[in-house]
Amino acid sequence: MANGSSRPLSPHLQVYRFQWTMALSITHRITGVGLVLGTLLLTWWLVAAAAGPEAFAKAQKFIGSGMGLLLLFGWTWALFYHLGNGIRHLVWDAGYALDLKNAELGAYIVAGASLGLTILAWIVGLAVW
Amino acid sequence: MTTHSAKNLRSPLSEARGLGSSKYGTEHWWHQRLTAIALVPLTIWFVIAVISHLGADHAQFTAWLKGSPLSAILLILTAGVTFHHAQGGMQVVIEDYVHVEWQKLAGIIAVKFLCYALAAACIFAVLKISFGA
Repeated sequence: MANGSSRPLSPHLQVYRFQWTMALSITHRITGVGLVLGTLLLTWWLVAAAAGPEAFAKAQKFIGSGMGLLLLFGWTWALFYHLGNGIRHLVWDAGYALDLKNAELGAYIVAGASLGLTILAWIVGLAVW
Repeated sequence: MTTHSAKNLRSPLSEARGLGSSKYGTEHWWHQRLTAIALVPLTIWFVIAVISHLGADHAQFTAWLKGSPLSAILLILTAGVTFHHAQGGMQVVIEDYVHVEWQKLAGIIAVKFLCYALAAACIFAVLKISFGA
């Protein structure tokens, strides 16, 4: 083995046949990293509120801008996706749904729920804005 | 059950410690699970709280946190647990993709420092508003 020990090496990514479960797996990571970036906006929002009316108005103006809304929409979906898939991970950790059929079923539920909840949150959000 | 052999890469001492190749045993895994469980209700509350205060001006927003200690506490918990979860998750991502040792270490240190600094900023901001400065 090329790693200089007798440990097995994972084969290269290209030899795997594409499956939806692996798309969800990497998306969990990507949304996680994306949400960490989103915490910068959360921090700005809270610190601006603590700093005073002018700073807060500036933050609220950015959030309400086209760019801000686009980012917020992306983060809404990323949050619901990471939340849903995180619950899926917790179910696995508890020892359930580890077979292929249920892993795929969970994938469809998480993908569907994340989109549904994002749309729902935005319908409610725009209604009360 | 485990006997030391050429195939077994663990020393007798590391087997006795039982902490595995990461040297921390299940501690990291457990922290990620613990924070994940906490974040399920906190995230749902946070989304509802944000939606309820969309477009709020400064007076309305600060009045919310001054008038509701529960909301302030939940917001502090959300920020604290989120950043603890974030630094743990980012650590794994860096460990998986950065293979030059000093870069890996520098990345992990930078991310952890940043996460806890942001957590402190968020918590301080909520406290400042809540105590009405």
